[in-house]
Amino acid sequence: MISGAEIMVKCLQEENVSVLFGYPGAVICPFFDHLYNTEIKAVLVRQEQNAAHCASGYARALSKVGVCVATSGPGALNLITGIATAYMDSIPLVCITGQVRSDVLGRDVFQEADITGACESFVKHSYLVKDTADLPRVFKEAFHIASTGRPGPVLIDVPVDVQTAEIEEFVYPDKVNIIGYKPSFKGHPMQIKRALDMISESKRPVICAGGGVLSSGAKPRLREFSEKTGIPVVSTMMGIGVMASDDPLYVGMLGSHGRKAANVTIHNADLVILCGARVGDRAVASPDQVVEHANVIHIDIDPAEIGKNMKTTVPIVGDMKNVLGQMLRDVDYTTPEEWTAQIDQWKKEFYKEPEKTEGFVEPKSFISALSGIVKPKAIMVADVGQNQIWCANNYRIKDGRFFTSGGMGTMGYSVPAAIGAKMARPRRDVIAVCGDGSFQMSMNELATIAQENVNIKIIVMRNTVLGMVHELQDMHYGSRYAVTELSDIPDFVKLAQAYGIDSAMAKSNEEAEKIAREMLKSDKPFVLVCDVSPSTSSK
Amino acid sequence: MKYTLSVLVENHPGVLSKVSGLFSRRAFNIDSLAVGVTEDPTISRMTIVADGDEYIIEQLEKQLNKVIPVIKVRTYTEGDYISRELSLIKVNSPTNKRLDIMKIAELMDAKIVDVSVNTMTLQFADTLERFETLCDLLKPYGIREIVRTGTVAIEKDSVLSRK
Repeated sequence: MISGAEIMVKCLQEENVSVLFGYPGAVICPFFDHLYNTEIKAVLVRQEQNAAHCASGYARALSKVGVCVATSGPGALNLITGIATAYMDSIPLVCITGQVRSDVLGRDVFQEADITGACESFVKHSYLVKDTADLPRVFKEAFHIASTGRPGPVLIDVPVDVQTAEIEEFVYPDKVNIIGYKPSFKGHPMQIKRALDMISESKRPVICAGGGVLSSGAKPRLREFSEKTGIPVVSTMMGIGVMASDDPLYVGMLGSHGRKAANVTIHNADLVILCGARVGDRAVASPDQVVEHANVIHIDIDPAEIGKNMKTTVPIVGDMKNVLGQMLRDVDYTTPEEWTAQIDQWKKEFYKEPEKTEGFVEPKSFISALSGIVKPKAIMVADVGQNQIWCANNYRIKDGRFFTSGGMGTMGYSVPAAIGAKMARPRRDVIAVCGDGSFQMSMNELATIAQENVNIKIIVMRNTVLGMVHELQDMHYGSRYAVTELSDIPDFVKLAQAYGIDSAMAKSNEEAEKIAREMLKSDKPFVLVCDVSPSTSSK
Repeated sequence: MKYTLSVLVENHPGVLSKVSGLFSRRAFNIDSLAVGVTEDPTISRMTIVADGDEYIIEQLEKQLNKVIPVIKVRTYTEGDYISRELSLIKVNSPTNKRLDIMKIAELMDAKIVDVSVNTMTLQFADTLERFETLCDLLKPYGIREIVRTGTVAIEKDSVLSRK
């Protein structure tokens, strides 16, 4: 005989899960009890939302499913923002929650919440398991659904009695068979031919690369495609890292907070090739203006994204790696030199050197300098706010990765996501950059960092205001700083030290760079607090 | 414009809420949703009547297809399908009007399923247009209550075989 809890652990072993992030509670105890003394490492976070963010950073760094676990009621509810954040950015997660006994479900007993109902609109799929015998199939399906097609979070809610009940034996299914779920992997040959014809007729083509390129592992193919054809690349925030920042074919991030050269390029193109990009409002504010003068080829694994935000001339549904592979075989095109020269000119024309302020760290130039200090494969995790824009536009990525909460814009994402990323990739430099606002949303995770000795480096841009909203208030609210001033900020250096984590404060770029160089040599976590002028804008 | 969509789904608990939740969160307007088990007891069919333009309906189809337990989505083309709605209409029928209402019922092919001293209940299964006609005819007598199932639809084989 084998219990449900033991089955759950065995399922995770079958799925080669080696690390999970969680927080226990009464009704998930049977599971954690069976996890104890297995080779699966359970990382105890300090709040459940961060378990989901940790799993997200882990999933992104390894391109495999991240797992987080919480108890019923408040535990599960705290996961919600993390789940929604992963959903918006298409990150594969399996989120396991304990639930109250199935015979009292719906009676509002202690710590009961309808978590499958609450998460319905931002999970890829969810299960409320009523029968222990269903667990192997449910786990197999959940990992399959989370990681295939357009990735996303899957929730498994398991009542405590389903965990304690026993069945005869454990058999893990070899395959899944969900009749309504068969993602298409290859692009339709006819559509690919149409796309190639359209490319050969274009004079001013541009590739707009999004997160889909990275999640399908199509980065090398995209680079190859761009190099072979000379088609320039702009990226969305989720697509940062598809090309090295100093690649001559890379124009920059587009969008309301992006590089002007990238926006001007897409607005002057006669052909936009959208690759795994959903054209969110922050990336392209007025898609109708773009399609007025451009044809659009949209390649995406999710058919529902095609035509959702931007009118499409040629839709191609399929996995990016396959579709680009198919296109690479037959493409025969060279981008006209006038177009490339024009873009190069825009890149120069619109570049602005950041202005330094005495007595402060200038964040844009510091982030740019930091790019040269970290190892080439470093993982940079930006939080949300001005710090996100500073990083997105100034971090000169090489062969590493750039993670951030792109779609949901969840403050507090960077520290836990960096923890997850470091556990996935212990040999890489992992840096979390946050503001003093976002840091204070997840600084409780310093305890997790200390407990697990997770060697991440946290850079806090301390400008004593909620900078992004502050900027908005400057622009639209007559500089009335309603509820955006972070007065009486704690001493972050002392705070880090209280957790036994080394920390230092920098008041100039030279100082910040010096400390950054030092901290990266150590194998211990570090918190670098940068004093930033509250008047420094994101632009 | 009104569109009729036929959606085959796995017959599991929770599937209905997954599908119906989609409408509110994607801001789709639907007129009706009817659901019932098909000839295969593991599969249910939902018939959805939705209001919108081509863009909205295309989005609705695609979003429905993303719901894991959704097996197949079809939007029916005008003229290619038969649709019916079952309604129960309770109408005032004092003694002196009873015969009039019985006449209307006979004329419209509605069935009288309950009679009391002051009311009559009519059962009517037909198209939306015919339902509206019946209501117009009954209105002068005072309709007390209407209960409707929402439209169900099936494709015409006669049309399909000719295609």
